Amino acid sequence: MEIDRVDGRTPNQLRPLACSRSVLNRAHGSASWTQGDTKVLAAVYGPKAGTKKNENPEKACIEVIWKPKTGQSGKLEREYEMILKRTLQSICILTLNPNTTTSVIVQVVNDDGALLPCAINAACAALVDAGTPLKHLAVAICCCLAESGYVILDPSKLEEQKMKAFAYLVFPNSLTILQEGGSQVGGEPMEHGIITSVTQGAMSVDDYLRCLERGRAATAKMSAFLQKSLQPLLSDD
Amino acid sequence: MGLPDGSGDLLSEMDGDAFRRLFPLQFYESHFVKSTRPDGRSLTEARETSSALGAVASADGSALVKIGSTTMLAAIKMEVMTPPTESPDEGCIAIDFHMPPICSPTVRPGRPADAAPVVSKQLSDTILRQVNCHSGMVNLKELSLISGKAAWMAYLDIYCLDADGALFDAALLSAVAAFSHLQIPVVSMNDEGKVVVMSEEQGGKEAVNNGKRKLTLSSIPFSLTCILHKKYILADPTAEEESIMETLVTVVLDSSGQLVSLYKPGGPVLAYTSVIQDCVALTRQRARELQAILDEAISGMEVD
Repeated sequence: MEIDRVDGRTPNQLRPLACSRSVLNRAHGSASWTQGDTKVLAAVYGPKAGTKKNENPEKACIEVIWKPKTGQSGKLEREYEMILKRTLQSICILTLNPNTTTSVIVQVVNDDGALLPCAINAACAALVDAGTPLKHLAVAICCCLAESGYVILDPSKLEEQKMKAFAYLVFPNSLTILQEGGSQVGGEPMEHGIITSVTQGAMSVDDYLRCLERGRAATAKMSAFLQKSLQPLLSDD
Repeated sequence: MGLPDGSGDLLSEMDGDAFRRLFPLQFYESHFVKSTRPDGRSLTEARETSSALGAVASADGSALVKIGSTTMLAAIKMEVMTPPTESPDEGCIAIDFHMPPICSPTVRPGRPADAAPVVSKQLSDTILRQVNCHSGMVNLKELSLISGKAAWMAYLDIYCLDADGALFDAALLSAVAAFSHLQIPVVSMNDEGKVVVMSEEQGGKEAVNNGKRKLTLSSIPFSLTCILHKKYILADPTAEEESIMETLVTVVLDSSGQLVSLYKPGGPVLAYTSVIQDCVALTRQRARELQAILDEAISGMEVD
């Protein structure tokens, strides 16, 4: 039941995480997030007055700009912008600053697999750094399904290419959730709910549910790390 | 949201249409408690779906699909190309999704719609499924003519004529229908050794691809979009429902029951395992319906 990974990790082992806040001087909030060799820089500007066209002015609007490492943004970048925007909308308290726009700019520094989850984590840390009101944090992870049915977590680019299917999953942070009259929903704790799910490649429904389970377990560790790296900021305020 | 509980009283006082516009969420919820929706459907019922093959006479394969009033026109144009050196015995498929200003009041001329590139990317991912060289619905090797020399380039263009929700579902169905209608043109080698499309009168030349005029479609993907709102799951939303309730889940299953995609881009409602299983079950049911609709359209073509 063992699977060999190129870098000698166990299937459930994540690459070393690193997070630094306030890395940019001019931005209202910024963070860089590193998972192994994948590195993403995120900056938050705002809230600025007014919303864009076709947006609800009764709520705060979030704008995401995705900058690839090289070249022009294409369809993939547009899709990532949309996913990131909707994910951040779900964790922000949008009714607090109506008719404002918050810009989140994501710059890919290096892509070595699990790029979208890394960007979501970076954006989330940057929002905290900017002091944007949030309901809870979000933690993102990439689960891969190998040909033989194994689930491995946080793949590198090389591993991603060898896999049968993979799923990007985003869960609410399991430690900071406010207890609003019990966080149990239909017998399941709130941190079991999925904010975002994006999959590629064909897999059976059972395999997907297994990915969910493994992803959930791993995000608990990532939540703890995210909290730890954001803590000094919170106590400073 | 924080509306007073008196909205029930308002409903009795106010004109139905005014209530719908002023308190859309309350309007919808007052229907959901009765397990119905404003257009008369039950919560998990999809809209009436139809598909007509061969809508564009000049294309090699085409289909017009309607789900409720969402209308998609898909057409495939085949061209001969030299295959790239890294895959000499494979053809290629280019998928594009267009949202012209005719389809919705939110799309302005000159400015591309935000949704178009996203749907386009999702379609490519679902149809081509190029993860670890696993072929998707179409085996790209079937698009090869002469290894290393000539292969087919299939341009699939999908036009949204009326955007009334569940765009991806309708676009995917139209793409699948267009591929099942596709008739590959007959080609022959000309005197300079180039592969050209054979016209009617040059009967003397030998065709390169005789008897290979249809693609075999394996594991056809079918999708269903659902809205999650509180404890309700609404299948096949309209544009109005999509704009009021923001949590969308799109499940794509192929004909062998494999999960091709489970797509939930954010949204305020969290999806729990039980909800995911419900959505998958609904999609399974819907896939059977869509397969029947597609089979009917294909058999209708053969009778003509």
